[in-house]
Amino acid sequence: MGAKLGTSIRNIGRELYHKKVLYLMLVPAVVFFIIFSYIPMPGAYVAFVDFNIKKGIFASPFIGLQNFEFLIRNGDLWNITRNTLLYNLVFLGLGNIIQIVFAIMISEIGSKVFKRFSQSVILLPHFISFVIVGFFAFNLFNYDYGFVNNIIVSMGGEKHEFYSDPGIWKYIIVAFNIWKGTGYGMIVYLATITGISEDIYEAAYIDGATKWKRIRYITLPMLKPTFILLLLFGLGGILRGSFDLFYNLIGTNSVLYPQTDIIDTYVFRCLVGNFNFSLGAAVGFYQSLFGLILVLTVNLIVRKIDAEYALF
Amino acid sequence: MENVQLRKNNKIKAGVGNTLLQALCYILVGVFALICLFPFVLMITSSFMNEKEIMTEGFKLIPNTFTTSAYEFLFENPQKLIDAYTVTIFITIVGTTVGLFIMSMAGYVLNRKDCKYRNFFSFFIYFTTLFSGGLIPSYILMVSYLGLKDNILAMILPGLISAWSIFLMRNFMKAIPDSLYESATIDGAGDFRIYWQIFLPLAIPSLATVGLFLALGYWNEWYNAMLYIQTPSKYPLQYFLQKMVNQTNVQLLISQGVQIDVSDLPTQSIKMATAVVATGPVILFYPFVQRYFVSGLTVGAVKG
Repeated sequence: MGAKLGTSIRNIGRELYHKKVLYLMLVPAVVFFIIFSYIPMPGAYVAFVDFNIKKGIFASPFIGLQNFEFLIRNGDLWNITRNTLLYNLVFLGLGNIIQIVFAIMISEIGSKVFKRFSQSVILLPHFISFVIVGFFAFNLFNYDYGFVNNIIVSMGGEKHEFYSDPGIWKYIIVAFNIWKGTGYGMIVYLATITGISEDIYEAAYIDGATKWKRIRYITLPMLKPTFILLLLFGLGGILRGSFDLFYNLIGTNSVLYPQTDIIDTYVFRCLVGNFNFSLGAAVGFYQSLFGLILVLTVNLIVRKIDAEYALF
Repeated sequence: MENVQLRKNNKIKAGVGNTLLQALCYILVGVFALICLFPFVLMITSSFMNEKEIMTEGFKLIPNTFTTSAYEFLFENPQKLIDAYTVTIFITIVGTTVGLFIMSMAGYVLNRKDCKYRNFFSFFIYFTTLFSGGLIPSYILMVSYLGLKDNILAMILPGLISAWSIFLMRNFMKAIPDSLYESATIDGAGDFRIYWQIFLPLAIPSLATVGLFLALGYWNEWYNAMLYIQTPSKYPLQYFLQKMVNQTNVQLLISQGVQIDVSDLPTQSIKMATAVVATGPVILFYPFVQRYFVSGLTVGAVKG
């Protein structure tokens, strides 16, 4: 046993020595991940202590699951989990459907110029920062000068206080998510459509299939693998909220929190708002752990059904 | 005979249906493209609006009067904007260059079949996408242990390397034939030399794609600035903008010591003008870089 271990260590050493330049080239990336990904992992322990910045993480008094109990009892954990899940489900489901619809429609367009131009324009929102998205929302929904209120007034209606109406923001957030993400997803689907052999469409055409039938019975089934793969990816990350989007649209407007607070904005507030590091870390740990379990479960189920689609 | 007639009828019917479908595609795609463009246009026209008009009638697509006073004001007190531009350009160039170098090396090594432990290292990198310590431990690490509070590196380091980009590079490199490495090795070239002189030139398309992702990320950086940066002169463009949405630019300028009369100041249009100036480069470069972005998305890199 000991001799075996000795040989295997020697083998590893020999491999590393013989290809030292090769492995040295990998060192910067590995060091990066050790520092910025692996070292913070045990830091999640801060969720189980009463954190005191002077004492540091590991010298602060251990309090067990008290943070988690507190979060469950005051209902915060349930609220932000529900919001995160629901938003992500809508982003994923509605988003993918709209991306597929537009990918198919663009592929059906004959004019090359129109095709290229509209594709570019639809992808443009992906390139701007979420800070600018926040500007756009301000432009549209501001009470005093907002474009939408302008339209409402000019049509004889009364101005609406968008920034103090929590109910309406779920629609605005979803709209901006789709506005920003459609171009990106559409291109992935468009690439799949372009990859479908012309012969299949031609054969269908000769058999008298209409355009609609060709879409229904050729294009859509061909898109199914891409759709499932993207859906699985999305399901694995369904507990990860898009902080960029929510923070720039909602900011620190606490009136809107009940319907717009997600896990990531909650953790952020624990950090900069009330400096309750332990509570924030508890939520973060919960998010990471259940995220991991989710990915593994989804992957396991997919493997059982069709190993081709599995992530690993 | 009858059959042929029936087919003809079907074809005409199908023809009408096809034309209708095509027309619908044009209309819906056109409308959605306009929706995508609309906020940009509104921002630009608002930046040229007279402040009085904004106050009384709000932001408009077609203003009654065009004025460049917001831009004039911006360029008369440019220090803040120049600082922000400098920081953004600096982190974009440094981050993109260093990130590309490290990630292309990693991708190259992970693609070398004679590298015995490449599967182990691939998993080592992949696992970081599955589990993380979360924001709080990372924050404590950055501030207490690495001492990066208010340091420009705090905006460069966290986004420098991503597992996803390394795998994208590796997948690109799979297309380069193994025989090329072998013959170079026989000719006596070392591993780094093979990477630098043979591999990198061949991988330029993938470098362009990943470089674009990186550069875009750094140009749009505001998150790490919000967490770690305190000195206003170290604010990057987007964070500078974000602070402006909440407080007016004027307050920002006054805090900087600029003497101005607040009463006749184009506050709202200045916000929009600043946003235009900050987004301008992205929109200008966009037509040229778009294809690299598209090719990166379609390389089949979805799967790690």
